[in-house]
Amino acid sequence: MTETSSPTDARLATFEEKVANDQRIEPGDWMPDAFRKNVLRQMSQHAHSEVIGMQPEGNWITRAPSLYRKVVLLAKIQDEGGHGLYLYSAAETLGTSREEMVQALHEGKAKYASIFNYPSLTWADIGMIGWLVDGAAIVNQVSLQRTSYGPYSRAMVRICKEESFHQRQGYEATMKLAQGSAEQKAMAQDALDRWWWPSLMMFGPHDAESAHSGQSMKWKLKRESNDVLRQRFVDQTVPQAEFIGLKIPDPDLKWNEERGSYDFGEIDWDEFKRVIAGNGPCNRQRLQHHINARQEGQWVRDALRAYQRKRRTRDLPGDLPGNGGQR
Amino acid sequence: MKQQSRPLFEVFVRSKRGLDHRHVGSLHAEDPEQALEYARDVYLRRSEGVSLWVVRSTDITASLESDVDSFLDPMDDKDYRHATHYKLPDEVDNM
Repeated sequence: MTETSSPTDARLATFEEKVANDQRIEPGDWMPDAFRKNVLRQMSQHAHSEVIGMQPEGNWITRAPSLYRKVVLLAKIQDEGGHGLYLYSAAETLGTSREEMVQALHEGKAKYASIFNYPSLTWADIGMIGWLVDGAAIVNQVSLQRTSYGPYSRAMVRICKEESFHQRQGYEATMKLAQGSAEQKAMAQDALDRWWWPSLMMFGPHDAESAHSGQSMKWKLKRESNDVLRQRFVDQTVPQAEFIGLKIPDPDLKWNEERGSYDFGEIDWDEFKRVIAGNGPCNRQRLQHHINARQEGQWVRDALRAYQRKRRTRDLPGDLPGNGGQR
Repeated sequence: MKQQSRPLFEVFVRSKRGLDHRHVGSLHAEDPEQALEYARDVYLRRSEGVSLWVVRSTDITASLESDVDSFLDPMDDKDYRHATHYKLPDEVDNM
């Protein structure tokens, strides 16, 4: 009660003190509206990315080169769906509903990671998605395990536990191609050529250009900046490419002894903006597919609800009575 | 007149900010508000937590011990779902 009756200044001071002391902000806590909007935008974007990200990989389930690769891919895509759920439910702690978030996605008001607007043209792309796209996501997500919003941070911890498998299977699949025939190796190189730059774009604009970064860092929603995370990704990925004899498609890529890091070329920011604005290779297709899947599955949700309603009106058992935790 | 026992509530405690609520036990109370106060008096006497949840035990639906084999099958035969399944050379194994 004291919280709501005290002036905003005092509540803000309490909030800022928690953030300063590296305490997590939890759902019932007072928080500035801008913080709520910011964390909600971030979680919604993240959740939609997990779910839309199932599409480029789903494209290859029926075409995987062996039964083994097929079951691995299926298991990975299942994980992604689960990750979407963790994040949607974390977002729901802020009082928004899943329906609202999905509607915002369908209306183009909510974003998802732009990388999933690129097509998966060959089997090698599936390896690249695991190695590069999940690799970049892990760099970001490891950092976000310490984000200041409690439910988001806990979702990140769960997700990170499962991501390592994703990246390793991707790298292993890529390694197999790189060690295969000349054609297979060329296919892997072609996929790397196409996925490298979009993967670097995943970290967002340069720090100086990033619209939300400053405030997010101040609130510790983001713990490390876009450029720091991007550099970390480059530094860890270049030796992995070298090890399997693939060439990173960047003529400016060079080890900088002084910095102890790789220097790398400039991202094509026009392409970045074009894809975010909705004009990447697959934007319309991705969104339409999501809308279709939702509509095509509507009868299942309707049937479940009708069944529950019927049971309730007839007072039949099966309305999932609690069993008291089976004490 | 025989007194009917009051409903049972399960108690969950968040021990510190940033952590999930964890089940710590249960108690009887007339209603959720009373359960919350009782839970405070019993389970949070020595700063064990920063937040409490109580929920009627009858509102919890649990898996059944008898179904565990099929219902909670961890599918250990599908070890390709674990990172350790992928053997990578030492040079790149820090992935």
